[in-house]
Formats: sequence, C-alpha cells, structure tokens
Amino acid sequence: MIELYLFLAFMIIAAIVATEIKDLLSAVISLGAVGFSVAIMFILIQAPDLAIVQIVIEVLTIVIFIAVISRTTHIDETIGKKLSSTHICAIVLYAFFTILFLIVMFRSLQEIPDFGNPIMKIASEYIKLGLPKTGGANIVADVILDFRALDTLGEATVLFTSVIGVVALMRKSGRKK
Amino acid sequence: MKGMSLIVKTITNIVIGFIFIFGVYIILHGHLTPGGGFAGGVIIAGVFILKFLAFGSGAKSEKKSLNIASIFESIGGLLFIGIAISGLLLAGTFFLNFLPKGTPLHLLSAGIIPFCNIAISIKVGAGLFSIFLALAAMKYVMED
Amino acid sequence: MIVFASCIILFLIGLYAVVTKRNLIKIAIGFALIEYAINLLFAFVGFKRGALAPIITQLDTPHNFVDPIPQALVLTAIVIALGTTALMLTIIMRIYNRYKTFDIAEIRKLRG
Repeated sequence: MIELYLFLAFMIIAAIVATEIKDLLSAVISLGAVGFSVAIMFILIQAPDLAIVQIVIEVLTIVIFIAVISRTTHIDETIGKKLSSTHICAIVLYAFFTILFLIVMFRSLQEIPDFGNPIMKIASEYIKLGLPKTGGANIVADVILDFRALDTLGEATVLFTSVIGVVALMRKSGRKK
Repeated sequence: MKGMSLIVKTITNIVIGFIFIFGVYIILHGHLTPGGGFAGGVIIAGVFILKFLAFGSGAKSEKKSLNIASIFESIGGLLFIGIAISGLLLAGTFFLNFLPKGTPLHLLSAGIIPFCNIAISIKVGAGLFSIFLALAAMKYVMED
Repeated sequence: MIVFASCIILFLIGLYAVVTKRNLIKIAIGFALIEYAINLLFAFVGFKRGALAPIITQLDTPHNFVDPIPQALVLTAIVIALGTTALMLTIIMRIYNRYKTFDIAEIRKLRG
C-alpha cells in the first residue's frame, strides 16, 4: 500500500499550495490536483464507482471555478497585506479549535476499527441479499437505488434546489431599480 | 461566448459522438458494471459543455438551451418520483422493486434499477448543464 | 491510523483556509477541501484488505467484497458537493459585481 501513502502526501502538499498561492488560477489547478489524487485513491481502495464520479465531477468543478475567475480577477490581492485585529483573532481561534479537534479525533480514532478491517455487520447482509432481492450485480447501485432509494431522492432534491438557486441568482430580471 | 480555434473544433467534432455513446453505455450498464446514473449523467452534460466551449454561441441560443435544460431536469425528477409512486400504487410500498428480476448478469435484469438510472442521469445531466450555462455562458451579470 | 490522520490533516487545512483567509475564492477552495477530506475518510473506513470491488461477476464463487455502504453514501455526497460549490460561487460572483473586490475586510468596510 505504499502508493496510497505517496498519493496522500501529494494530496496534502497540493492542498497547502492551493490555500497559500497568490495566483487564483494556480490555486484552482492545485485544487484539481487534490481532486484527481482523491480519485486515484478511490481506485486503490477498490471503489471504481466513486472514482468515475469523482473524475467527471472534478472536471466540472474546475470548469466552473475557471469560469468565475476568468470573468472577475485572478490575483489574490489579500496576500501580503498587514494583519488586522480580526485576522489575528481568527488565527488564535483556529489554533484553539485545532487543539480541541485533535483531542476529540484522537479519542474517536481509538474507537473506530483499524484501516483494512471494517466491521461490516449490515454490509454482509446487503452483499448476501443484493443479487437475490434486486437482481443487480453492482452492489453499490443496489444500495443507492433499491435498499436506500429515499436517500437518492433527497440528493435529487438538494441538487434541484441548488440549480434553482444558481439560475435565479444569475438572472437579469429582478434587479431592476 | 466566443468559440475556440479550428484545431479544437475539428477534434471536438470527431470525439463528441464517442463521448456521448460512452455516457449512454455507462448509464445502461449501471446495474452490472461500475458507473450508473450519476456518472453517466455528468458525462453527457460534459458532451454539451464541450460543444459550448469549443464552438461558442450567441446569447439567444444560450437562453433557449437553459430553458430546454430546465424542462429536461423537471422530466427527470418527475420520472424518478413516478417510478417510486408506481411502486406504491401497484405493490403497496414506496420505491418497491415491482418489475420482474430477470436473469442475473444480463442487461435486462434488476427490475426498476435501470429505469431509475435513466431518470437520475437525465436529472443530474440537465441540472449540471444548466448550472454551467448560468455560471459560464450567460452575459447577464457583467452588463451592469 | 496514518491514513485516517492524513484525512484529518486535509480537513484542518481546509478549515484553516475557511477561517483565516480573506479572499472569497480561497474560502470556496477551503470548503471544497473539507468536502474531499470527509468523502475520503468515509470511503477509507469501508476498506477491507485483500477484498475486491463490490461487483458480482461470477455467481457461484464466495464473495469477498469491501464495504458497499460508505461508497453508496459518498457517491451522492460528491454530486451534492458540486451543487453547493456552484451556489457558493454564484453568490461570490454577485458580491464581486457589486463591490469589485474579493477581500472580505474591504467588503465589510464598504457596506451601507
């Protein structure tokens, strides 16, 4: 599993670059590097469904980000400015929250099973009954469209709402003085 | 929105059909192989996005495409809910797999799952394409 | 353990961008990083060493699959992530059109 650790390191370096670089276009491309390494890791942990969806969604995300940046500006003018008091306050708050979060995560990581040995109490039932009950060979499709179809209905509703929000916010009418 | 150079246009003309067929294949085999409605729908939205980016278009056709995409998104959502409600009416449970299961590992199997895949692909593809149109192609915001 | 810890580091990088950056696009990038971190952590929990992807190809052999439930939940979450990111970017573009800057300190000063 050495390649998994390599991609994890690459992902973290790309994430640091994406948050710290001055040019916003480079930041978006670094975000794309994070997304594609996530997609490759999905293949390495035997999740091809997730890898396909992650790759196509990542391409669309980069297209939308670049569309916004190309219509506005691509220089991050806030880097290198003098720190204001609110900014220092935010950094102190972040440091405090990080320590709290690490304590909680360390305690909860003791509870969840080790990497590579899941419990699979419900999943064994789904794997055993997936083909006889639904007839589909892809267990993930069986889970999202038959056993847990209401979950997918909720997802469709959220996507519909966000599309309505985007289209309504970008209209010209409704902004008349 | 302006189009791109001649090289991009020619290559787009060659590949665009293959990408569309690949998306349809991913949708229709969603219950047998990796993929399904989400991935296939986004791939088909990608076909139209590639066409818009390569060839460009005027403001009028963008408005028209947005209207058509909205209609298709509503059709997809209604199809998905219609499959769910027909399970309720015909067999008594919301989202029941009421169709015959067929032989396993064949294309015509798994009851309602292929139809759900088609409905979701229409919905997701049209929704993401209209997000792209509203964000990237419309000229509305930059006028004032 | 290292694998879960690096997901948490990615989450903290995204949170750092959201809390302390003053550029609106950087804040959107931070939210995207948080989404990746959550999806990846959730998919890692279901990994089983030496198992195959949960797709049946032969009927009579015993199945040794990874956990399909986290994959099914993450699959919908990835698509929702794009929808929320697009909505966030639309609002950011509206703000830029009104104030001609991405700096949230400037926007706070110019309000009114």
